[in-house]
Amino acid sequence: MTFEYAPAPESRAVVDIAPSYGLFIDGEFADAAGGKVFKTVSPANEEVLSEVAQAGSEDVDRAVKAARKAFEKWSALPGAERAKYLFRIARLIQERSRELAVLESLDNGKPIRESRDSDLPLVAAHFFYYAGWADKLGHAGYGADPKPLGVAGQVIPWNFPLLMLAWKIAPALACGNTVVLKPAETTPLSALFFADICRQAGLPKGVVNILTGDGSTGAELVAHPDVNKVAFTGSTEVGKAIARTVAGTDKKLTLELGGKAANIVFDDAPIDQAVEGIVNGIFFNQGHVCCAGSRLLVQESVQDELLDALKRRMSTLRVGDPLDKNTDIGAINSAEQLARIKALADAGESEGAERWAPACELPDAGYWFAPTLFTGVTQAHRIAQEEIFGPVLSVLTFRTPEEAVAKANNTPYGLSAGVWTEKGSRILWMANQLRAGIVWSNTFNKFDPASPFGGYKESGFGREGGRHGLEAYLDV
Amino acid sequence: MSDRLSVLKTYKLYVGGKFPRSESGRVYEVTDSKGNWLANAPLSSRKDARDAVVAARKAFGGWSGATAYNRGQILYRVAEMLEGRREQFAAEVADAEGLSKAKAAAQVDAAIDRWVWYAGWSDKVAQIAGSANPVAGPYFNLSSPEPTGVVAVLAPQESSFLGLVSVIAPAIVTGNTVVVVTSEKSPLPALSLGEVLATSDLPGGVVNVLSGRVNELGGPLAAHQDVNAIDLAGAAADAELVKALETAAADNLKRVLRPRNTDWTADPGTERLLAFLETKTVWHPTGV
Repeated sequence: MTFEYAPAPESRAVVDIAPSYGLFIDGEFADAAGGKVFKTVSPANEEVLSEVAQAGSEDVDRAVKAARKAFEKWSALPGAERAKYLFRIARLIQERSRELAVLESLDNGKPIRESRDSDLPLVAAHFFYYAGWADKLGHAGYGADPKPLGVAGQVIPWNFPLLMLAWKIAPALACGNTVVLKPAETTPLSALFFADICRQAGLPKGVVNILTGDGSTGAELVAHPDVNKVAFTGSTEVGKAIARTVAGTDKKLTLELGGKAANIVFDDAPIDQAVEGIVNGIFFNQGHVCCAGSRLLVQESVQDELLDALKRRMSTLRVGDPLDKNTDIGAINSAEQLARIKALADAGESEGAERWAPACELPDAGYWFAPTLFTGVTQAHRIAQEEIFGPVLSVLTFRTPEEAVAKANNTPYGLSAGVWTEKGSRILWMANQLRAGIVWSNTFNKFDPASPFGGYKESGFGREGGRHGLEAYLDV
Repeated sequence: MSDRLSVLKTYKLYVGGKFPRSESGRVYEVTDSKGNWLANAPLSSRKDARDAVVAARKAFGGWSGATAYNRGQILYRVAEMLEGRREQFAAEVADAEGLSKAKAAAQVDAAIDRWVWYAGWSDKVAQIAGSANPVAGPYFNLSSPEPTGVVAVLAPQESSFLGLVSVIAPAIVTGNTVVVVTSEKSPLPALSLGEVLATSDLPGGVVNVLSGRVNELGGPLAAHQDVNAIDLAGAAADAELVKALETAAADNLKRVLRPRNTDWTADPGTERLLAFLETKTVWHPTGV
């Protein structure tokens, strides 16, 4: 017999979204100088959630000036005082975490189970972690009294809006920098709520400035001559454009870009655990994850057994209302992203790979894509080379560990990789050979503020998290 | 003075452990600081640069996979070989930089000492650049530095030997392989260094030495898709060139070490050692 799930929606009464928001500059909300606005919608039903300001060059300049002005005092504060502001922020996030989780699921489309149990706890933990560094920088291995850089211009993506904000703002502030942050065009709301948290924490004006807008706002920000540090998380293509923009300047740059991670399963791996890891690796957050395990490399001898188990498991995934607590896979973040996923999946079929997805009913309104896997994928296929950034898994096979390594490393990316085997020495050998910044062995998609995150090759440079994450915001 | 006619050396490139001439067949005149002819150095071409990258890539697996202890031993061996050729290098540096014998010898001594200093870093850098990370869950979590890969190095223009050693040693001691473009006007100490490296157990291809024009070789190296990082020290005097090279380097997201006003005689610190490292973090669950 099959059990039916009753709807279990999280209440959205906990969050109060205003009909419109301005830019957060120098501690005040203000309209964009040009008066331009754009709408942000819920990707689950295309409902307009709010209208936000589109920052132009005049606004960027005003925000950078505010950050510059605030820098003098903020950087001169004793580290222990900066730490206390960050601890306050961490606590406020914990207090308001249900509200922020619901907001994030509304604006982004991710399941409430993930925003509640993964995003928000990690956001608070990240501020808590870096708060503690603010008065210990002399012990971090960057000299006795390392200095901040100045004004940081930060541009973040839409897949983990508040978590990426935390990854950018927490270390920047701990090190004594001030920031101008631009959230993604499709997910501006949680950053604007964060502005309110800064107000509640009593953070001095101008230390954090939030500019909403599209790619042109981001381009203005990273090109501003009075920005000392540029941090970007997003696509490799935009990352390269930013690297060209800062070429020949003194701006320090860190980039956290795309990936095409291999999740490698050996024949001795515990199949059930591996299946959970594969599912978590590619379907977590609808596959909108730069480090997603989007290529499954399975040892030939267990291919059939593994794929059977994987398909069975995929058939139980629940796709639908992000606010339903039983939902596993939420909405695709935007119509544009959905179109990109569809185009690449179609390319997979037309290039000869075999497509499979469980029967699942998708809502009529909103942007949806069923969890999908492709078998018979070769290394030359676009779905084996290009980042899909959606719930699409490409399955390839291998016979020997050497072949697995060669295939795993055969992309321009190098962000993450997964290895599943019971043999310890093989794990360590594989971890050595894989050219990737994070290697998850017998697990996948684990994150922690103490654990450095970032890529090799065209997945970018610099690390976020841990002691290593301080370097990006210190003049060293 | 003996009236014996001396035997002149033909200076050649050092690529993949061999000593080729430039494939272009070109040479350029190298003079001392007073304008006296010293030698004809190979004028490397873009093709030579590409060949050198191929050699460096080929050597990367073995060199980066060697134990840190082994790399330290080999670098130390290089210092031993340098010590044996101290006078030759002092004479070359004196000619190249217009220094007195004593001052040139001091530069060479500092370069040898620096090489020894870097040799000792091989099995220590992971302990200062890595970390065990206390994550909030039942996981083993360890971050370790790994070499970035093939590094293109534009060696300093003025400090033809101490500067050269100061940019090569930190890159290779951690397991990178390099293609180095020598000082344009003073390439001879660098070309002679190739002879030392060839007799020091250093695998061929780990260091590849090209003499020629920074303007001609910098571009192809900065744009090369199989180069992972670039050290722009040798372009310090030309802001336009730095910008152009950094822009080209963005095409495959090379790690770029921008030039600074560097006193090569000063304590180098760990900057260059850490510049060409990637941090890898490995997770594993704990449990019974």
